[in-house]
Amino acid sequence: MSAPAEEKSSFVINGKSWSGAVHPLKRLLDTIREDVGLTGTKEGCGEGECGACTVFLDGQVVMSCMVPTCQAEGKQITTIEGLAENGRLHPMQESFAQEGGAQCGICTPGMIMAAVAYARDPGSAEDMREALAGNLCRCTGYIRIFEAVKKAMAK
Amino acid sequence: MPDVLTTPAYRWVGHNPPRKESLEKVTGSAKYLDDLKFEGCLHGKTVRSTVPHGRIKKISFEPGVPWDEFTVVTARDIPGKNVVSLIELDQPFLADGLVRHMAEPVVLLAHPDKGMAEKAVKRVHIEYEELPAILTIEESLAGGNIQYGKDNIFKKYHIQKGDPESVWPKADVVIEGEYWTGPQEQLYIEPQGVVAVASPTGGVTVWGSMQCPFYVHKGLKPLFNLPDDRVRVIYTVTGGGFGGKEEYPTLPAGHAALLSWKAGGRPVKIVYDRMEDMWATTKRHPCKTRVKAAFTKDGKLLALKVDATMDGGAYVTLSTVVLSRGTLHAFGPYACDHVVIDTRAVFTNSPPYGAFRGFGAPQTIFPLELHLHRAACELGIEPHELRRRNLLHQGDRMATGQVMQEETGLEGLMWKAMDESKYLEKTKAYREHNRSSTRIKKGVALALFFHGAGFTGSGEVFLDSKAGLELTRDGAVRILSANTEIGQGSFTTHSQIVAEELRIPYEMVEVAVPDTAVVPNSGPTVASRTCMVVGELLRRAASDLKEVLVKSGALAGNGHTPSEFRAAAGKYLQRFGELKVYSKYKPPPDVSWDDKTYTGSAYAAYAWACYVADLEIDMATYQAQMKDFVAVQEVGRVIHPVIAAGQIEGGVAQAIGWALYEDVALKQGVMQNCQLTNYILPTTADTPPIRVFFYENPYQNGPFGAKGLGELPMDGPAPAIAAAVAFALGDRIIPRIPILPETILDAIS
Repeated sequence: MSAPAEEKSSFVINGKSWSGAVHPLKRLLDTIREDVGLTGTKEGCGEGECGACTVFLDGQVVMSCMVPTCQAEGKQITTIEGLAENGRLHPMQESFAQEGGAQCGICTPGMIMAAVAYARDPGSAEDMREALAGNLCRCTGYIRIFEAVKKAMAK
Repeated sequence: MPDVLTTPAYRWVGHNPPRKESLEKVTGSAKYLDDLKFEGCLHGKTVRSTVPHGRIKKISFEPGVPWDEFTVVTARDIPGKNVVSLIELDQPFLADGLVRHMAEPVVLLAHPDKGMAEKAVKRVHIEYEELPAILTIEESLAGGNIQYGKDNIFKKYHIQKGDPESVWPKADVVIEGEYWTGPQEQLYIEPQGVVAVASPTGGVTVWGSMQCPFYVHKGLKPLFNLPDDRVRVIYTVTGGGFGGKEEYPTLPAGHAALLSWKAGGRPVKIVYDRMEDMWATTKRHPCKTRVKAAFTKDGKLLALKVDATMDGGAYVTLSTVVLSRGTLHAFGPYACDHVVIDTRAVFTNSPPYGAFRGFGAPQTIFPLELHLHRAACELGIEPHELRRRNLLHQGDRMATGQVMQEETGLEGLMWKAMDESKYLEKTKAYREHNRSSTRIKKGVALALFFHGAGFTGSGEVFLDSKAGLELTRDGAVRILSANTEIGQGSFTTHSQIVAEELRIPYEMVEVAVPDTAVVPNSGPTVASRTCMVVGELLRRAASDLKEVLVKSGALAGNGHTPSEFRAAAGKYLQRFGELKVYSKYKPPPDVSWDDKTYTGSAYAAYAWACYVADLEIDMATYQAQMKDFVAVQEVGRVIHPVIAAGQIEGGVAQAIGWALYEDVALKQGVMQNCQLTNYILPTTADTPPIRVFFYENPYQNGPFGAKGLGELPMDGPAPAIAAAVAFALGDRIIPRIPILPETILDAIS
């Protein structure tokens, strides 16, 4: 029993190049949190059910707990920390804050990522409920989240 | 915007300022426990029992693992007392010789590499001499295998008003039924997590995801034989609790501290993965209830008898108080002359059941409300009309003898809920629909209920809470309270209350991190007490702080601008160095409670509500699907309408889960489906529109009239949903939850 071997890995995260030594099968979630040092992406279940670890990989929504780091090689990753531009909140972040879309906040980064993806391409899902069905929230009953998404999309 | 029927005359109360911590939460910069970095941190793991009851014969460590790199702790390493200090002193931090439930902690491991720590858990082998286990309430009460006291009963309560036995023979109709509510997992999305630094020289410091820092503090002192000031517990941003982080965090906090103590004071982090969290931590108490009710033929409730038994699990933990709250909510908001309530919590070899939003009340409200629906069907009276004829009004006496001082307003709440849900139109239309449709059956039903805010009876007096305020160096005000922000918005509502009382901007109020070395013990963050009880302590502290500033001459007594307040604070601090003002709990003058007879004012204040559930059942799949939900309640003054509505909506969704989806599959007394793939939470697709309406009847002893509301929404949905299912199935009552497709199939075949 020993620690696994590491290999060089590189990708672009929130517009900045990153490279470091990680095991190729290390979960992208862990690489983002432990190696890159961005802890906004959360772990809720570790099996792709709760969506707390949602990030964009080359613009696609993925559950980063289900993606081995080697699959991100050379790709573009966006996390919750990459949404604000020049210190200005993304409209989705702003409306989540205003409408009470965040309560305990642990699902919020993943929920906002899923909502941003839906807002960019509303045709990607039948409706908002379907678009967010992969992101669990235990606090809100989703009602304030729907309000927040609708408001951000109306902006 | 949520619908509040009120005329807010205040600057901050009744408004929706941004939550104190929302910026951090929407940007991902909020630091939850697992986001914190500690130099040289070890990763702690827990080796747990794999039998429900047995003697530990041998613990062995498999060769091939570099055990010299690990810190290993067993019960023998505990420097103080191996007991979790709660109500009874029966639960060990680590099993010592005997295990009493599956997943009980036996051995602790820590290693610098998280992966190594995880793998090593399976390389520790514990051999047992298995002993007979008690796995159900029936086995516990059968008496053949006694593992607690003389009869396996942790606690019993008896409430009696009048003499129901004398009524049964005389009544027109007597209806009996038996009901079951299953366990439920809190399922906060952030699992349990703690970091500890502990050594004989430095004492014990713990950071963690928790509701009640002082519970952890109380639990750790005897574990290490340390005085108050050598144990420090610091709250970190907490990703949901729902009761699951009320008493439980003391265990992992103790475990991490024991590992750190043995590892020479290196920090040790314990974060459960989802499976361990679901397998090992507390759940809502399962409860079996028999209800017997006597009526006149026109629906007057003459007598009521409720007999409820909760499964407490293998240690007492909070079962006695959960049972108490269940007992005190078992008779509902009805006037009845003859009531008897008998309840008990019993031992089984299951992991201890624990605190969960509602705290026993949902378990007894469910059987009563569903029983009234059943009675209405049998009597041929509309369910709302049966309720209306028996509602509790001002001046009526509850089963505990408490005389209602306020008008409950229940009838108005009921009509509002019926209006908003189009209840009467729907009952007519759905009956019509169900006659012709074989595939989709529709149902609509209501439930009426109350929830008592704050600790039961004399509980708040025993808590003796203290909260305070201090002036900051830049002339603002900081809240000093042990009450934690777990998503319910307490940092925000407390700040609104203080800002309102001091007449300063909300932005001038800060909240100190709940840290036992900094804040006073304002009691646990539980029991719908944080806004009502602690909020009032803070309001009084604010009033006192203002008076101190005025008396010192720094502040004018007849109003001030924010800058005048800042200047006054600066002047005061320059002269006196600091200003901290504390206030202590005082029971409202008209509230008294007798623990011996269980009579008196069980709660100082009640929130009242009527909820309506509207659903469909697909008779091909037997899946019930919520279509609409209306929640009307009277909660005193609403401090922050958006936060309040969010609490109600979230509680309703959690209760929909309990009623329709969340099935804890038990084997050997422990949960088997410990994953989110097989324990089903309501998603966006399962949650209907939840329409929330507040009435405000300001409560004189709450801050600006506020009462508690956090647990209320857990109480009403399940009985309303079960009654709507009965409606859809042609008045066929399914007396148990969760109502899964299989449950419906079983009931109709």
